[in-house]
Amino acid sequence: MIHSLFLINNAGDLFLEKHWKSVISRSVCDYFFEAREKAVEPDNVPPVIRTPHHYLINIYREKIFFVSVIQTEVPPLFVIEFLHRVAETFQDYFGECSETTIKDNVVIVYELLEEMLDNGFPLATESNILKELIRPPTILRSMVNTITGSSNVGETLPTGQLSNIPWRRAGVKYTNNEAYFDVVEEIDAILDKSGTTVFAEIQGVIDACVKLSGMPDLTLSFMNPRLLDDVSFHPCVRYKRWESERVISFIPPDGNFQLMSYHISAQNLVAIPIYVKQNISFFETGSSGRLDIAVGPKQTMGKTVECLVVTVHMPKVVLSANLSATQGTYNYDPVTKILLWDIGKLNPQKLPNLKGSLSLQSGAPKPEENPSLNIDLKIQQLAISGLKVNRLDMYGEKYKPFKGVKYVTKAGKFQQRLSEWLLVHTEV
Amino acid sequence: MSASSAFSDEKGGSASEPEYGHDPASGGIFSSDYKRHDDLKEMLDSNKDSLKLEAMKRIVAMIARGKNASDLFPAVVKNVACKNIEDPNQLIRASALRVLSSIRVTIIVPIMMLAIKEAASDMSPYVRKTAAHAIPKLHSLDPEQKDQLIEVIEKLLADKTTLVAGSVVMAFEEVCPDRIDLIHKNYRKLCNLLIDVEEWGQVVIINMLTRYARTQFLNPNVNESLLEESSEKAFYASDDEEDEDKKAEVTTLEKRKPYVMDPDHRLLLRNTKPLLQSRNAAVVMAVAQLYFHLAPKAEVGIIAKALGMFEPYLKSFYIRSTDPTQIKILKLEVLTNLANEANISTILREFQTYIKSMDKDFVAASIQAIGRCATNIGEVRDTCLNGLVQLLSNRDELVVAESVVVIKKLLQMQPEQHSDIIKHMAKLIDNIQVPMARASILWLIGEYCEHVPKIAPDVLRKMAKSFTNEEDIVKLQIINLAAKLYLTNSKQTKLLTQYVLNLAKYDQNYDIRDRARFIRQLIVPTDKSGALNKYAKKLFLALKPAPVLESPFKDRDHFQLGSLSHLLNAKAAGYQELPDWPESAPDPSVRNVEIPDWSKCSSRKDRKEKKVEKPFYSDSEGESGPTESADSGNCGESSASGSDESGSGSESEESREETESEEEEEDEEEEKKKRKKLDKTKAKKQAEESAERCAIHTIHQIRTIAPSGSIKMYELLHRITGEGLAVEYCFSRQPFSPDPNMVAVQIQFTNNTNSETKNLHIEDPRLQSGMRIREFAEIDVLAAGESVTVVMGIDFCDSTQAANFQLCTHTRKFFVSIQPPVGELMTPTFLTENNFKKEQGKLMGMNEILEKLTLGEKCVNEHVIVERVTATANLSRVPCGSDKEFAGKTVSSGCLVLVTVTTKEGGGAQLTVNCEKMVIGTMLVKDILQALSQ
Repeated sequence: MIHSLFLINNAGDLFLEKHWKSVISRSVCDYFFEAREKAVEPDNVPPVIRTPHHYLINIYREKIFFVSVIQTEVPPLFVIEFLHRVAETFQDYFGECSETTIKDNVVIVYELLEEMLDNGFPLATESNILKELIRPPTILRSMVNTITGSSNVGETLPTGQLSNIPWRRAGVKYTNNEAYFDVVEEIDAILDKSGTTVFAEIQGVIDACVKLSGMPDLTLSFMNPRLLDDVSFHPCVRYKRWESERVISFIPPDGNFQLMSYHISAQNLVAIPIYVKQNISFFETGSSGRLDIAVGPKQTMGKTVECLVVTVHMPKVVLSANLSATQGTYNYDPVTKILLWDIGKLNPQKLPNLKGSLSLQSGAPKPEENPSLNIDLKIQQLAISGLKVNRLDMYGEKYKPFKGVKYVTKAGKFQQRLSEWLLVHTEV
Repeated sequence: MSASSAFSDEKGGSASEPEYGHDPASGGIFSSDYKRHDDLKEMLDSNKDSLKLEAMKRIVAMIARGKNASDLFPAVVKNVACKNIEDPNQLIRASALRVLSSIRVTIIVPIMMLAIKEAASDMSPYVRKTAAHAIPKLHSLDPEQKDQLIEVIEKLLADKTTLVAGSVVMAFEEVCPDRIDLIHKNYRKLCNLLIDVEEWGQVVIINMLTRYARTQFLNPNVNESLLEESSEKAFYASDDEEDEDKKAEVTTLEKRKPYVMDPDHRLLLRNTKPLLQSRNAAVVMAVAQLYFHLAPKAEVGIIAKALGMFEPYLKSFYIRSTDPTQIKILKLEVLTNLANEANISTILREFQTYIKSMDKDFVAASIQAIGRCATNIGEVRDTCLNGLVQLLSNRDELVVAESVVVIKKLLQMQPEQHSDIIKHMAKLIDNIQVPMARASILWLIGEYCEHVPKIAPDVLRKMAKSFTNEEDIVKLQIINLAAKLYLTNSKQTKLLTQYVLNLAKYDQNYDIRDRARFIRQLIVPTDKSGALNKYAKKLFLALKPAPVLESPFKDRDHFQLGSLSHLLNAKAAGYQELPDWPESAPDPSVRNVEIPDWSKCSSRKDRKEKKVEKPFYSDSEGESGPTESADSGNCGESSASGSDESGSGSESEESREETESEEEEEDEEEEKKKRKKLDKTKAKKQAEESAERCAIHTIHQIRTIAPSGSIKMYELLHRITGEGLAVEYCFSRQPFSPDPNMVAVQIQFTNNTNSETKNLHIEDPRLQSGMRIREFAEIDVLAAGESVTVVMGIDFCDSTQAANFQLCTHTRKFFVSIQPPVGELMTPTFLTENNFKKEQGKLMGMNEILEKLTLGEKCVNEHVIVERVTATANLSRVPCGSDKEFAGKTVSSGCLVLVTVTTKEGGGAQLTVNCEKMVIGTMLVKDILQALSQ
C-alpha cells in the first residue's frame, strides 16, 4: 500500500525519507514541488498528486509535508489518516512534531516508522504498543544511550500487541491513580457583516489522561447526552452501550488519548460569546482607507474571555497600517497582508478598540475584494454547548481513583465576513 | 561509538546536505563494516530475547532502506529461521518471520514459503498475522508461488481472530482479489468480527465485502425503480445506473417477484453501521461507500449524518475564506448540487459573498456555479444573469472574463429577450483582453447578429483591424463572425469579410488557414463551390441547442466511492471493478458453514458462549486456534463421516474402537485383555456394523502398521484424590476412527469404593484454542470394585499442550489434564525405502535436525534400538531399510515425521529427524536421544 514516505519542510528541503518496499528515488518529489509552487499557500497543495508511475498523497502538518508514495489503488483517506497517525505519534513521543525534533530523534523516528508499517500495511499504530516496543526519549536515557551505545528498543516484549485490548498494556501500576477528562469545544461559525450568525456549529472532543493501575473498566455519563450529535469514539468505547444507554463505557488506554469527538449541529442554537463591530473602508481617491474594530462580550455565561486575537486578511494593495489599540498589541505584516491584533483578556468594563488609517499602493484602484476577519478566543470552565459530565464510575479494580473534569471553549474556524450584497436579488 | 554520536558526527561533517534518508540513522551500526555485521550475528545467537529482537529489527531496517543485507543472509536464516521460528516466545517467532520475509533474495523463496506455511498454523494469532503480512511480500518476490500462497490465504481466511482478519484480507486483495469463492464460507464470520478488527483492517475488509456483496446479492432498489420515477435521482446517480435500473425494471416486470433481502446482505449492512462512529475517517468513508453501493435507497440516509451530505446540512458547506482551495471547490460543488427552488435564494446570497473573495480561482468557480444554478433552476435565471452582467463592470479582468463565458451560455437559452446584454457585451470587446472572453463575445454577436444589426458590422470592423494580434481562438471566432455577417448582411460586410479571409489565408496557424479556405468555399459563390453553397445559411445560422452546464465532477461514478480511482477519475493500478448486481442471486447456501456439534467440539461451545456474553471484546483468548479451518473442516468431516452412524448414537464409539482393535495384529494381546473388561452390552449389533465401515475406512486411509512394545499407562486421577475413583490413561496408538485427526486416549476407570459411581462424564474442557475434544459417552453406572475402559479423542493440534477438563461423577468434579508426549502426536505411515529417501530429500535444510549420540549400555542390538524408538514415538519401521528408518505423520495435520538412526562402531550413533514441523522435530530428537542413551 504505502511504498515510501518523504518529509519535506516548508522551505522545500527533503529532510527524511523512509521506504518500506524497494527504494524509490527522491526525484519523484519533483512532482510534489511543482504542485507546491503552483498552490502558493501550503494548505492549497492538492492532497493527491498523480505522476506517471506513482501517486503522491500528502498532508501538511506543523509546517511539514508528509508525502507518501503509492503505486496501486488504495482509499486515499486510508493513507491520509495513517499519515496523521504518524504525525500524532511523533507529537506523542517528542512533545511536538517539528523538523527539529524529528531530526534530533531520527533513530527513534526510523524505529517507529518500521513498526508502524509492515510491507506498506499498518502494523502497530496504537501508542501503547509502540511505547512498549520503542521507549520514548527522556533526557536521562538519551545521555545513557550516548555513553553506553544502547538504544531505545524496549527490554520487555510488547504483550499488548497480542491481547484482545491492544490499546492497553498489561500490568500497569501507579501509586496515585488518577483520571482526568478535558471537554474541549470549538465554535465554528460564520457571521455576516452585522454580526448575525450565518452558520454555527460546535466541534467538541473529550481528551483524557488516565493513569490507573490494573484493568479498570470505566463508565462516563453525561447530564445531557442528547445534546450530542454525530459522535465518534476511540476504539476502546463500546458502541452498544452508547446506543442503548447513552453512556461511554470503556477500558481506557494508559496515558493520554482522545476518548471521543462530537458535533453539535447548526440546528441547535449555538451561543456566540463575543461580538465584533468593524468598519473597514477604502477611499476612491488618495490611496488610503480607514479601519475601526471594537470587540465586546455577547453570550459568555458569566465567564471571562481570554486569549482573544483578531486577525484580518487585508487586500493585496494595503501597504501599511497606522493604528492605535486601547488594549493589546497589533501587527501588520505587509508580506502576508495579515493584520493581527492580540487583545488578551476581554474586560467588559473597558471594551477594546483598534482604530486608524490604512495606506494603499499609490495609484491602485480601490480594492474590490473583501477582507475577512478571524477570531480566536478561549473561555475556561465552560463548555459552550452546555454539556456536563455527570459521573465517572470505575469497575474491575478496588482502589479509589482521583477523578477530574475540566471544560474549555475555544474559537475554531470563527469568521466574520465583511462583504456587502453584490447582486440585486429578488426573493423567489 | 553510539548510534546518536555517530549521527551527529555525520551531521557536522557533511555540511552540504545531511542525507538522513540514504545513510541510515544509526550510521555506526549499519556501516558496511563486516565486524558490525558480526555484532548482529552475535546478537542473533544470544540467549536474550531483547537482543535477538533488536538485531532483527536492525536488519529489517537495513533492508527497508534498500541496503544490501545479503552477507547476513546465512546468519539470519540459520539463527532466525531455524531457531527463532520455533522460539517459544511468539513475538520472536513473529519478528523472525518478518525478517525472513523482508529479505528480497529469490534463493530463499522455498524457505520463506515453508516459514509462512508454518507460521500460518502457529498457535499465536500474532504470528499468524505476521504470516498474512508475509504473503504479499513473497508474492511480489516470486509470483509463481501464487497457487501455494492462495492455499495459505484460504487457511488464514478461516481464522477466527480479529488480529488476523484484516491482514489476511489485505493479502487476499493483493494476491487473489478475484477468488471471491474463498470468501463464501468466511463471509458471516468476517461480518461478525468486523467491529473488533483494528481500524486499518476494517477499511480493507469493508471494501472487499462491498465487492463481494455486489456479486452475491440482488439489487435492493429493484422494486423502488418501479414506483419511483427516475426524476428522483440519487446525488451522484449515473447514466449507467439508470440504464441498469431500467434493465432491472424490465426483469422485475417480467418476473413480478417481490424482492426479499438476503439475510446475509442485511447482516453486512447491520454490522457495518456502528462503524460510522469510528474516529478514523477512512473507516467512516468505507462504511458510507458500502451503504451507497449496497443499501436500499431509504437507508442510504444514515450516512448523510456522518458525511453531512444532504439538504439539512446545507450550511455546513458554507465556505470560509481560510479554507484550502480544493475544499472550497468541493463545497461549492455540493452547494450547487443541493440548490433547488426552495433554497436557491439563500444559496445565491452565499455565492455572492464568494465572488468578492481574494482567491481568484475560487471566484471563477463561483461564477460557474451561479451559471449552473441558473440553468438548472429557471426561476432564477434572470436574477443570475443580471448579477453576472453587473460583474462585467468588475475591475478584475478574470472575473469579467469568467462572467462573459457563463453569460454566453445562459444567453443561448433565451437570446431574443436579451439584446441589451448582447449590446453591453459588444462594448466590452474594447476592454476585455482575456482570449476566451473575447471569443465568447464574438460568438454571441455572430450568433445573434440579427438582434444587434447595427453593432455587429462595427465589431467586425474593429476586429478586422486587430486580427493579426489576436489569439488563435479569437481569430477563429472573427472568421466565424465574418461568415455569419456575410450571410445575413453581405451588403455592409462583404469587403470586410474578404479582408479577414485574406488575412487568415496567410496566417501562421494552419487551423486558421484551413478554416478560412473552408469558409470561403462555403459562403462565396463560385463556379466550383457546388451544392453546399445553397445551404450555407442553414449551416451557419442553425438553431443551436443551449449548452448544459456540467459539474466538473461528472462521469466518475462508475468507480467505487472513496477509492483513489474515483478521486482521480482514472483507473489506478490494482483497482478492482465494482461489479454490477447479478440478475438473479447466486446460491446463498455457499455461505453456510456447517455448525459444529458443540458436544463434540466443546472448545467451540466455550468460545461461542463468551461471544454471546461479550460481543464487544470478541476474542478473549490470547492464543487461539491456529487452523480454525482445519478445526471447522474436521468437525464437518467428522459429522459427515459420522452421519450415517448418528443413528447408533455416540455410545457405539467405544465398542467400535474395541472391535477395531480385534482386527489388529496379534501382538496386541495384552491390550486385548484389558479391553475384554469393556462393557460390551450396549448396542452391539449397530456398533459392529459401523465398526466394520470404520475399519475399512481406516485401512484405506492409513495402512496401519501397529507398533510393538508395551504401552505406558499414565495416572489421571489418583484413587486417594479421587475418593476411591482411580483413573488411568494411555495412548492406545489406535486410529481414532470418528475423527482421524484426533489422538485416541484410552481411559480406564476403577471404582475402589463400596458404592456405585454414577454418571461419569466430562465437563468444561479448557483447551488451547484450536484443540478439540471428542468426549466419551457418559458412563451411567460403575459398580463397586469394577473397572471400565473408554476411549476419547483429542486433537492436540500437533502440540504438546495439555488438554484440561473436569471429570465429573454424580457427586464430585475433579480437575484433570492430559499432556501427550510428543511421540504420541503421530501415527505410523507405511513408506518404502525409496519413498522414504525421496521424502527425506524434500525435508532438508531447516527441517532436518542432526544429533550425534552415544548409545546406552543396553542398546546392544538393532532390535533394542527399534524397540526403544517405537516405544518413544508412534512410528513404524521402514521395511528392509539399510539403516534403521522410521516413518510416521502427525495426527492433526498429517506432516511427515522421518527418523533415521545410523549406528557406528563403538556405540556411537547419529540420529536424524526430518519434519516440516520444527517444534515437533526438536522435541522428538530430545525424547529419542534420551531413550537411546539410557
